[in-house]
Amino acid sequence: MAVVTEEPKAGFRLGMLIYDTRYRSITIQIVVLFLVMLGAAWLIDNLLRNLAALGRGIDFGFLWNRAGYDINQTLVEYSNDSSHARATLVGLLNTLLIAFLGCIAATILGVIAGVLRLSNNWVIARLMTVYVEIFRNIPLLLWILMIYTVFTEALPAPNAFRGENPAASMVLFDTVAFTNRYTAIPWLVFDRSLGWLQLGPIWLNLDLTAIIVALVGGFLINRAILKRATRIQEATGLRPTTWWQSLLALFGPIIVLKFVLGTHFDYPSLQGFNFTGGLQVSNSLVALWLALTLYTAAFIAEIVRAGINAISRGQSEAAFALGLRPGRTMNLIILPQAMRVIIPPLISQYLNLTKNSSLAIAVGYMDLRGTLGGITLNQTGRGLEAMLLLMLIYLIISLTISGAMNVYNQSVKLKER
Amino acid sequence: MNKSVFLGTLAATTLLAGAALAQGTSTLETVKARGELNCGVNTGLVGFAAPDASGAWQGFDVALCKAVAGAIFGDASKVVYIPTTSSDRFEQLTSGKIDFLIRNTTWTFSRDTDLKMDFVGVNYYDGQGFMVRTDLGVSSAKELNGATICIQTGTTTELNLADYFKANNMTYTAVPIETNAEGEQQYLAGACDAYTTDASGLAATRAAFADPENHVILPEIISKEPLGPAVRHGDSAWGDVIRWTMNALIAAEEFGITSANIDELATSSQNPEVQRLLGTSDNLGAMIGLDPEWAKNAIKAGGNYGEIFAATIGESTPIGLARGLNAQWTQGGLLYTPPFR
Repeated sequence: MAVVTEEPKAGFRLGMLIYDTRYRSITIQIVVLFLVMLGAAWLIDNLLRNLAALGRGIDFGFLWNRAGYDINQTLVEYSNDSSHARATLVGLLNTLLIAFLGCIAATILGVIAGVLRLSNNWVIARLMTVYVEIFRNIPLLLWILMIYTVFTEALPAPNAFRGENPAASMVLFDTVAFTNRYTAIPWLVFDRSLGWLQLGPIWLNLDLTAIIVALVGGFLINRAILKRATRIQEATGLRPTTWWQSLLALFGPIIVLKFVLGTHFDYPSLQGFNFTGGLQVSNSLVALWLALTLYTAAFIAEIVRAGINAISRGQSEAAFALGLRPGRTMNLIILPQAMRVIIPPLISQYLNLTKNSSLAIAVGYMDLRGTLGGITLNQTGRGLEAMLLLMLIYLIISLTISGAMNVYNQSVKLKER
Repeated sequence: MNKSVFLGTLAATTLLAGAALAQGTSTLETVKARGELNCGVNTGLVGFAAPDASGAWQGFDVALCKAVAGAIFGDASKVVYIPTTSSDRFEQLTSGKIDFLIRNTTWTFSRDTDLKMDFVGVNYYDGQGFMVRTDLGVSSAKELNGATICIQTGTTTELNLADYFKANNMTYTAVPIETNAEGEQQYLAGACDAYTTDASGLAATRAAFADPENHVILPEIISKEPLGPAVRHGDSAWGDVIRWTMNALIAAEEFGITSANIDELATSSQNPEVQRLLGTSDNLGAMIGLDPEWAKNAIKAGGNYGEIFAATIGESTPIGLARGLNAQWTQGGLLYTPPFR
């Protein structure tokens, strides 16, 4: 690449910075960069001076004051005596929850819709076109409000379940209640709970951690067993029986954990104004989740369709010629190659979904925007500080998602050897 | 990319710089030069501030806007009404978009000091209450344990609610909402058992229902909510104009000056304080930079405090609020204006 040429012996003169094409572009870039930085410094200085003149200097001390308000969905312990920082954490976890649920559901639905849109079945393909066009072309906020309003207006209030002849009744053997505020479902409780482990500001739910460790551990052991079986098969031609080992590895730890923790189901029942017991999944969460999923999945479907269309027809013809069935052709030949086209735009859809979740305030779902950017901002009046912090947190979330997806993209992209 | 960020920052900073500059001169001068008063009111609370069928703003808070416009311009119609939500009202005021805020806003310590506003008085002494459906069979707020409650976010009511339930060892689920209209919709759909806000706001909201008789406001008042107009901190001259216009309305009721007899009293009254108030003797107006007849024009805009109350939220209106704490001090209420001297 690099071509080494003899440097002219003539010494460097200051005028060369402008007249010599070798240096001119660098000179211009440095000058522009300097001016931009100077401008930014002036603007920030102006802002700080004006705020100081108003007696409103930037101060994040309010984060450690008592919050004083309640939040309707808390994944970690929180009361109105907690600090604003704690309320921010609660909001952050609610944002991450909706983003996580939304990304998974949108991916599944999007891939299915995208594949079906290419179906040879005329009705199915057209149905998917209708779905994609409807959800893609109406603003997300309207979908969120629409779905939430349907829940609120169409479902019965909890007190409709009361009395001898209630207007509404629970479904699935009296275990699940759909109300216009939440869906009450049975939930696992542990008789011998492991409790919480406090690591600095982070509280770790040991029960949940144990379950995740058991599931992931079982999965990894199962993979090791299958790998070993494949190795033996390649060496000897005989595949050892592994089904009982797999079953044991996958379900053994969970079953042991169940007996150690002593689990039972807690069923919801109507007491006073509301259902108690079990788990109450708020309608704002479900409405937001559904709307985000349906909206983003419409975009993902298009991305998937584009990815599949990008794969040469010869690939599937070659697969058919080898005798692969259509399903396996899709899974083994088309989708792995399509992934290279799909992943990069998919990352931006995940980012969009996460950022769009800040519309949650419209249905009273207390996400980061609702706690830090909503109530905390209003009650403390620290608008600039709260917004700066909010932007910083969203930036970190987005960069993390983007970073993680890029790692995945590295593993599926075309490897030139 | 860099360029758009740059331009965005430039715009934002210029705005802030503009706001700071605007505060350099007195708001009174700015308003006089503009020829119109920018009044920050509720987005829509029948009785206090809401557009009527023809689109004209009406209500108890709106009447104060008109009175101030009357005092400054001698013409009560020179007002631009700017609807503000519970969460953007303080920004609207501090940024200079509105000249003063009269939006059922509670006077609290931190708002008066930390948020850099000045409350200039109280035009309605209120307290937070609860509204429930009659068929719920609840007769006291103490029976609301476990209830789901709709609440406007960013208000003092949110904190009062948390405190009240904590003090009474009860639990609740909050449904945060942004505007009164959204709260009405959620409450009527049964998405919350109770709706909580200032008792006056509840009465106003109930009056707008199709079936007000099926809803009851519980007797407990769980907080003190002195509602009043607020101006930007550090503009005392402008604060004086609002404060004394409001006091003039209250004093007018005390002295029996009504929109019907004001012209007659201005010439015939022998009471020295009435003469001073109406600009017949002395020139109080000059002391606050207004016409000698400023108070007369303010009272003419919608009548005295009692007339405004009766016309907008009083017992003969659908809102049906009694005077209660908002009666004159001579009638056992809290309205007590300093002397006009």
